[in-house]
Amino acid sequence: MRKLTFKGGIHPDDSKSATNRVPIKTVIPPELMYYPMQQHIGAPLNILVSVGDAVKMGQKIADSDAYVCAPLHSAVSGTVKKIEPCLTPSGIKAMTIVIENDGLDTKEEPINTKSLSELSPEEIVKLVREAGIVGMGGAGFPTHVKLSPPPDKKITHVIVNGAECEPYLTSDHRVMLENPDEVISGLLAIMKIFSLDEAYIGIEENKPDAIEMITKIASGYKGIHVLTLKKKYPQGAEKQLIYAVTGKEVPSGGLPMDVGCLVTNVDTVTEISRVVNKGIPLMSRVVTVSGGAVAKPANFRVRIGTPFSYVIEQAGGFVCEPKKIIMGGPMMGIAGISLDVPVLKGTSGILAFDEKQATVRAESNCLRCGKCVSVCPMNLVPSQLGIYANKMDIEKCEEYNLMDCIECGSCSYICPAQRHLVQAIRWGKTQILAKRTKEKAKKEDKK
Amino acid sequence: MENLMTVSSSPHIRTNETTGSIMRDVLIALVPALFCSIVFFGLRSLYIVAITVGACVGFEYLWQKITKKPVTISDGTAAVTGVLLAMNVPVTAPWWMMVIGSFVAIIIAKQLYGGVGHNFVNPALAGRAFLLASWPVLMTRWGMPFSTGFSISTDLVSSATPLAILKGTQEGQLPSFIDMFIGNMGGCLGETSASALILGGAYLVIRKVISPRIPLCFIGTVAALSFIFSNGDLSAAQSVLYNILSGGLMLGAIFMATDYVTSPITAKGQVIMGIGCGVITFVIRKFGGYPEGVSYAILIMNIATPLIDKYCRPKKFGAVKKEAV
Repeated sequence: MRKLTFKGGIHPDDSKSATNRVPIKTVIPPELMYYPMQQHIGAPLNILVSVGDAVKMGQKIADSDAYVCAPLHSAVSGTVKKIEPCLTPSGIKAMTIVIENDGLDTKEEPINTKSLSELSPEEIVKLVREAGIVGMGGAGFPTHVKLSPPPDKKITHVIVNGAECEPYLTSDHRVMLENPDEVISGLLAIMKIFSLDEAYIGIEENKPDAIEMITKIASGYKGIHVLTLKKKYPQGAEKQLIYAVTGKEVPSGGLPMDVGCLVTNVDTVTEISRVVNKGIPLMSRVVTVSGGAVAKPANFRVRIGTPFSYVIEQAGGFVCEPKKIIMGGPMMGIAGISLDVPVLKGTSGILAFDEKQATVRAESNCLRCGKCVSVCPMNLVPSQLGIYANKMDIEKCEEYNLMDCIECGSCSYICPAQRHLVQAIRWGKTQILAKRTKEKAKKEDKK
Repeated sequence: MENLMTVSSSPHIRTNETTGSIMRDVLIALVPALFCSIVFFGLRSLYIVAITVGACVGFEYLWQKITKKPVTISDGTAAVTGVLLAMNVPVTAPWWMMVIGSFVAIIIAKQLYGGVGHNFVNPALAGRAFLLASWPVLMTRWGMPFSTGFSISTDLVSSATPLAILKGTQEGQLPSFIDMFIGNMGGCLGETSASALILGGAYLVIRKVISPRIPLCFIGTVAALSFIFSNGDLSAAQSVLYNILSGGLMLGAIFMATDYVTSPITAKGQVIMGIGCGVITFVIRKFGGYPEGVSYAILIMNIATPLIDKYCRPKKFGAVKKEAV
């Protein structure tokens, strides 16, 4: 069978062997848990508790009226100790609820007691929102928003993203191996929302055991297709995955729903399964801890709010001084400045790089070798974009479709001159957005 | 803070490939051709290569020192230019000419335009074109295989190249195709052995240093045109073989037209580059004043490269009309 894939892309060393055979270990939460009000894209949350309040495990501690937003729950029972600005993994400070864990795990009432067959599509979507479920692959877009497309957009393809194309990360891989039932039952809930008889689970070929396991479980259900994807980065990028599975290109500037698709991460569907079947909101996630500075790389089920430093301790601490801390994978993850930050809903991995891995080589002149052009999954010309963005030539940036860049990092990875292309392109994006905001304001002034 | 973290924009992993490693591959790919030239033209080949490489690297170093720029001779680009320049001159060329050619290549064609990545024509070809225009006699005094000693006697009889014989500008016996394939004929130092050049080209393709697009389109176009417009007393097949095995075509198509800096970066552009080079080469060979046109063809297409790149941008992913589903 032809392996499904997209055009372009790179083949980095996947560095997954350190953790892909390590079963998920549940981490007992520490004494203090941290809940920043900015967990993901969307509006910051409003705090629902005050200092001194007793909270239960699973109790909603923050929410917002904004639509693109998901509530936050305490993953432990205990007392609200402090509410103060704290550092988050992305390097900014956000108002944070600090909860002192009493270690009792006194549970809040389940938010759902009905079974899937009793729930209406609207009720499922509402549950997903109440459970605070967001895209757990990293971006953290609130899932209930994705599940409520406008009436003119009909969803025909639901795709579970089990590609996990980021090197080092193995959390989705382990979830598919260890909790395949949850993956399938979460998917069934989504299929019910859109009254679909068919759905797809795409898994990269480097996870044959996961493909086998999921295929075995899925064979008990009609219409769930498990697809083997070619091992290539960024196979798990939303638009590339949709292209591989359906052959459709999401239009420039559009969303997956424009081609009738909905893509959801493995961990996200398991969370949907948990709220539907057990009534528990999103309180934990699987995190891969790896990198050259980590003593015993492993996969952990970590409660949201656990500090990175504590998670690292569970992995045996450091073998050498870490020189770079990354939240997420090495291709798109964010480099942090400190380990004193909490695990968020989107923290798929914590990587600690040793000195050699953290070394950033100096840029040299672009050779025009064209490698960035051939690997760009969006068919852009990254070398030119880099030049125009650095020159702040906004018009040229727009002409060369800078805004279509998905920031996958393939161009920077492949560049023999070590050009920081994605960095330049990100800078270009902020320039274009600033210009657009300005023009919009001008237009409104005239009115 | 006792332990400062490195904070940089993603991606946090990079390929091991560098400009230096690519240039090392190009140099490795040139070894067979260099070896052949030593076999056929003697040790003087090595002497020429040593002069041009030394001069090119030396000029680059001096320029960067004088202009207080970071010295980048370790990236190997100047060394590659040096070897390619040597490959493009006859083995009889005097040392001072090599130094001048290196100066034109490195200082005028490359550094004055901003150094590596900014030159608009291939430096080695610019050097060669300058030498050919300035000392046409010295630049076409070909060494005869197995006859060139280390020192060049002034009364050396230059051998005719197959192209010159075909064109009728020189008298002589056309070499056999086997001799042409292995390189046993008159010509520039590195251009005569098609087999050695193809071997080097295959290495570059396998190592993914170059794409085969430009060489295949270039050579293919010349082959097709010489098939259509075959020389009067040659069969079409003979005409094709003489045209693709002689002159600087293999060297130019594999090592010069594929120069990253001066060739298009997109796949479509590279096809146009190859075809364009092939057409111009053939037109010069067939109708022009010179017997050989590869260098000028590549130089002309070098100049057209920015234009080609401008009009050959790949169609972006998702450049479809928003369809109503």
